[in-house]
Amino acid sequence: MRMIFALPLLLACATPAHALKVFACEPEWAALTRELAGDQTSVYTATQALQDPHLVQAKPSLITAVRNADLVVCTGAELEVAWLPVLLRQAGNPKVQPGQPGHFEAAASVRMLDVPARLDRADGDVHAEGNPHIQTDPRNMALVAVSLAHRLSQIDPAQARAYEARLADFNRRWGVALQRWSLEAAPLRGTPIVVQHKGFPYLENWLGLKQVAALEPKPGIEPSSSHLSGVLKQLQQQPAKMVIRAAYNDGRGAQWLAERAKLPVVVLPFTVGGSERAKDLFGLFDDTVARLLAAAK
Amino acid sequence: MLKHTPVMGAIAAALFYALPAHATTSEADLQQLRSQLQELRQQYEQRLQALEARLSQAQQAAATSTPTIAPQPQPQPAAAPSASRKGNSAFNPAIGMILTGTYANLSKDPESWELSGFKLGGDGHGVGPGKRGFSLGESEITFSANVDSLAYGALTLGLDGDNKVEVEEAFVQSTALPYGLTLKGGRFYGALGYQNEQHAHTWSFVDLPLAHQAFLGGQYKQEGAQLKWVLPTTQYIELGAELGNGSAFPGSDRGGNALGATLLSARTGGDVGHSHSWRLGASWLRTKAQDRLWGLAHGHGHEGDAAQEESSFTGTSRVWALDGVWKWAPNGNAKRTNLTLQGEYFRRTESGTATVVEGIDPPVDGLYRSNQSGWYVQGVYQFVPQWRVGLRYDRLSSGSLRLGADVADHMAEPGYNPQRTSLMLDWSPSEFQRWRLQLNNDQARQGVKDTQLYLQYQMSLGAHGAHSF
Repeated sequence: MRMIFALPLLLACATPAHALKVFACEPEWAALTRELAGDQTSVYTATQALQDPHLVQAKPSLITAVRNADLVVCTGAELEVAWLPVLLRQAGNPKVQPGQPGHFEAAASVRMLDVPARLDRADGDVHAEGNPHIQTDPRNMALVAVSLAHRLSQIDPAQARAYEARLADFNRRWGVALQRWSLEAAPLRGTPIVVQHKGFPYLENWLGLKQVAALEPKPGIEPSSSHLSGVLKQLQQQPAKMVIRAAYNDGRGAQWLAERAKLPVVVLPFTVGGSERAKDLFGLFDDTVARLLAAAK
Repeated sequence: MLKHTPVMGAIAAALFYALPAHATTSEADLQQLRSQLQELRQQYEQRLQALEARLSQAQQAAATSTPTIAPQPQPQPAAAPSASRKGNSAFNPAIGMILTGTYANLSKDPESWELSGFKLGGDGHGVGPGKRGFSLGESEITFSANVDSLAYGALTLGLDGDNKVEVEEAFVQSTALPYGLTLKGGRFYGALGYQNEQHAHTWSFVDLPLAHQAFLGGQYKQEGAQLKWVLPTTQYIELGAELGNGSAFPGSDRGGNALGATLLSARTGGDVGHSHSWRLGASWLRTKAQDRLWGLAHGHGHEGDAAQEESSFTGTSRVWALDGVWKWAPNGNAKRTNLTLQGEYFRRTESGTATVVEGIDPPVDGLYRSNQSGWYVQGVYQFVPQWRVGLRYDRLSSGSLRLGADVADHMAEPGYNPQRTSLMLDWSPSEFQRWRLQLNNDQARQGVKDTQLYLQYQMSLGAHGAHSF
């Protein structure tokens, strides 16, 4: 709401004849683009919060959306490796090919965690460039925002001032919110957790959570009952406070373990749209912090 | 900006010390490594804190002063050295491999297999029930990379169990054409229907639909050029045109300069809510044949069998195809359950001259006109993670066949509508491995029921390319 009051002038003088068309691979980047570009763009979101972003079909509607896009905003770091390359090859759009200004990869702006020291499929579905789920740390979001605003200005120089102003506004609001979240979540530091998929290293890094076990025996492999029993045994020696999973994960493994280990299951929105409250980026972290705090009590 | 050198130096030192330690690893060495790693970690912590402090400073500054876009932050070096490639190998193409093998239990001798009412052709690749017992399937090797900023190239080799190498696809494809245009040249699977463009490891069943076997002699490969255009509409509409040399069945190598094969295709598709997506297509192929031999080139060059009755076709072959695919996954998340329905309809007409070469007799010519069709529908349902069941029904109609009086005696085929029902169960412990059990009730031969049981594995190694819808 605040941004509406902050920018009436800008919006009034900037009514673009040709709105920039953005193809966002994941909802968090769609939300960030909206924060930074507002009405200057029309944003197409390729996936939604209840989809596993690793497993997306290169379906017809996406081909058309990439074909018509001026800018593709994705995570990179091989998260979209199973579908984006096909879309890019079939869409016939030179503007958004890798290496072009119209191809933006968020992961290039942040420090990657969990970069594997060795690459072997025996270790599961690992990503050579590091864990791609960077959106769970709001500090990453701030870094990506700067790069993305920069890129928007580069592609659409006529609106550069508007992007600049929106970035400043976003930075200010994000900085305030970040401080609030960090303060609120301070009691969570050191909390031992169990995760379903190794999808939260950035969240753990931000809040100082300690991952003691994962339900997936290897990244991308469904939890088996024998592995779950193993985790249960491990938790007797090394207790945890909660089981964390993303909204798109299948809940049965986590439920099974939670009942036996007497732990609460925290279903985190993971991205914008992953819960009622996670309507935008601010809601995403409001809800994430609130859910973690509620479970830690 | 930040200085990387101390960290890099520490990593290099760690690696340097780690190398000789390999032979005689002692507790002291390990201790030393641990302390060095600890040191590295501490350095990183400090730098991270410094970065955070700077970030919050920058944010406060941004909040108070005139807005300016900060310079793009440099990507931080990864904590561990990632698998970066150096020197001559830095630009090596991505390499992917598919290993596959089959155990087949066939109740009837596969040598006696035919499609009653149909004359088969082509190199026999992908046609028929295959061999009995264990057999190594086709191993696939794919190399792919961007050629430069203008094009992408890929080569797929198929190595079959008989130690033959086949170039399945070898094409370059434009990446820099605007307006939704894509130009492809080389050898590639033609855009004829749905499954024709898919590599064997992405099929949901062990074998090809009967329609592909009857009308295309397996999978139709084009050698030539393809132009595709994705329209600038919000609805997906893609138009395609291909020109090829027409040497692949149902055409044949004619040795001239003329283009032999023309293929036109149109496709559309979209979503219904988050859970459903679909694609429909229509395509048309016209190709020419000259002295195209009927019968499968199974013998792979056994010319000694020429004493048997041989016949050939010269004329024009046209194939129409309609295809449809519907995919369902709750909320678009295919991880747990999903369903794919797929169906295709083919009609092939051939008109021209048939020639019968019968042992010592002089060849006889006569009119040949056929109009035949076939279709299949299949559904594949993933009911729990890693497990899928599938059901497919194939049916062909031998349609009409008009023969000139001279050749009628030699070439008449019984009117018959072959059919086949297939049931499949597969298990994929990871996305790189699949085990499949398939049961066919095959009535390709008139009056013969063949029960075919297959057990198949498919393994994917190395770079695994993204799949089309």
